[in-house]
Amino acid sequence: MNERKMSQRILLAKVGLDGHDRGIKVVARGLRDAGFHVIYSGLWQSVDAVAQAAQDEDVDWLGVSILNGAHMSLVPKLLEALQQRGLTHIGVIVGGIISPDDQEKLKQLGASACYGPGTSIDSIVEFLSS
Amino acid sequence: MSSVTTNRRTPWTTVSGVPVQPLYTVEDLGNFFPDQELGLPGHFPFTRGIHESMYRGRLWTMRQFAGFGRPVDTNERFHFLLRQGQTGLSTAFDLPTLMGLDSDDPRSVGEVGRLGVAVDTIDDMLALFDGIDLGQVSVSMTINAPAIVIMAFYVAAARQRGVAWNELRGTIQNDILKEFHAQNEFVFPPEPSVRLVVDLIEFCTQQVTQWNTVSISGYHIREAGSTAAQELAFTLADGRHYVEQCLARGMDIDTFAPRLSFFFNSHNDLFEEVAKYRAARSLWAELMRDEYKAKAEASWKLRFHAQTAGCSLQAVQPEVNLMRVAYQALAAVLGGCQSLHTNSMDETLALPSEHAATLSLRTQQVLAHETGVTNTSDPLGGSYFVEHFTQQMKQEARRCFHDIAGQGGMIAAIENGYFRRKIADSAYVYQRSIDVGEKLIVGVNAFQQSGDKIMPVMPFDESTESAQVESLRQVKRDRSWDDVSRSLDEIRRAAAAGQNVFSALLEAADRRVTVQECMDALADSLGRFRPSAGW
Repeated sequence: MNERKMSQRILLAKVGLDGHDRGIKVVARGLRDAGFHVIYSGLWQSVDAVAQAAQDEDVDWLGVSILNGAHMSLVPKLLEALQQRGLTHIGVIVGGIISPDDQEKLKQLGASACYGPGTSIDSIVEFLSS
Repeated sequence: MSSVTTNRRTPWTTVSGVPVQPLYTVEDLGNFFPDQELGLPGHFPFTRGIHESMYRGRLWTMRQFAGFGRPVDTNERFHFLLRQGQTGLSTAFDLPTLMGLDSDDPRSVGEVGRLGVAVDTIDDMLALFDGIDLGQVSVSMTINAPAIVIMAFYVAAARQRGVAWNELRGTIQNDILKEFHAQNEFVFPPEPSVRLVVDLIEFCTQQVTQWNTVSISGYHIREAGSTAAQELAFTLADGRHYVEQCLARGMDIDTFAPRLSFFFNSHNDLFEEVAKYRAARSLWAELMRDEYKAKAEASWKLRFHAQTAGCSLQAVQPEVNLMRVAYQALAAVLGGCQSLHTNSMDETLALPSEHAATLSLRTQQVLAHETGVTNTSDPLGGSYFVEHFTQQMKQEARRCFHDIAGQGGMIAAIENGYFRRKIADSAYVYQRSIDVGEKLIVGVNAFQQSGDKIMPVMPFDESTESAQVESLRQVKRDRSWDDVSRSLDEIRRAAAAGQNVFSALLEAADRRVTVQECMDALADSLGRFRPSAGW
């Protein structure tokens, strides 16, 4: 892993009712081991609470995990909430069960990257570090 | 990647990371007494299966989990599946229903009918099973925190249709403990949650006598990242806790134990999975007979449903998932399952399309009718490897029971995060082993190809939510608020008094009280549980 002068900060969040947290917890540990400062929201957060936490924690990245198909309603709202707070410098990555079509749409709306099942932690680290 | 096969650098371990020897012989079985440890199929300790003739006598039930949209949409899929030769139904509810929320709650926005079917009132339950004879078809319902509410709706609907309760056959998952360990769909705190589980068991033991009252589930524990041995151990530990709580309620073990059922994962490592199922049967039989003093043979038998491992499916080269599912299904059948769900190849992308769902059912039909696996019982019995692994699984599970007791028992172990920590540790070890190439996953870290063709996925009908909310509003306009209010008072009274709440919920169902109204009334005295954000 790359040496960093100052570790990047990332907020990992679960929004909505989705309880699938295996992926996000594995990513949290992986990023921590790669030198990131990781904050995990826990389950069942609202879009506004996540945007507020991103601001309060002054993060560089926001990773949101959605495995229940609600990404097309939740992610646009989240991007909007960040915009309203003037937090467009925060890069948003999305993990979960997301069809290729939807991945394209989310990227057009401003998501930096989408990750599905089978993604390696190293590839996420590489992306966030580049 | 041709070097993968010639220059192997991956360790010789199972999917769960357990070392495997190059050869097993009789030496690996130690003091092995086949008569006692294996017995014959259909006889204690049932290591070789719960029926004498196994699949010759009765094939496993091909039970594909289905549910989406409004009740009418899922009803249509149910009729389609029955026409395709499926032999039992299995209902997936949407996330709001699973969390005890109505379709018109603000927290339900975007989730109504998405992952399963939305059920708000008894009207929805009647629509869901319209045209299906509930006295003939066995029905499984995957729901946990609101299980007792949904079960009350189901039996009330059966009564309205004129089906006698003792003719109803099926299963309700009703397994709240694994929600705390792994699946995260809980509402009330652990102790009152278990009380509701026992309320349902008690009511059905008396009145819905052919119903499987709990499906004690390792599936979700494994999906959350546990090893095979942890799946086995935590599941049986959950089963033991339910048994102990029913006994504490004063129930006779042989009245309720025969209707406890199990649900396990079927992952990629064929022999490890077979050993797990065989160990589960023999360990449960020993616990029931020797520790809990059950006398009826039916109480000793561990019957289980299996589902192939969703977490093993990959988003790249999704058609390859067909092969994964087929091998996993083989493991479940070689392990003696009573019913089986095979996953669809497109589940890493979206809910299954009709094409993908049909192929997954066909996978089971090929297995059942073309491969010959049904010809004889427990075909792997007596294999030095499988018997050694079966023994090892049992020992591992017993060690784990000891660990849980050391944590202060089931509820204390949940509260201190024992299960979640163990599972998250295993999940991380597994992911790292893939990342560093110790384990190879086709298409992911080996045999990659570019230019995957895009698989058409099932679109979601965005009008579902507004239509469901509108029909709920209609019900709320039509019903008598006085009736609803009296029903809710009765639920609160029974819950606060520590009585079995089933009868109060049954009456509420008939008065078209909603799922969320019932759950909120229960929460008034049971309280609510917030999960920790530990990782």
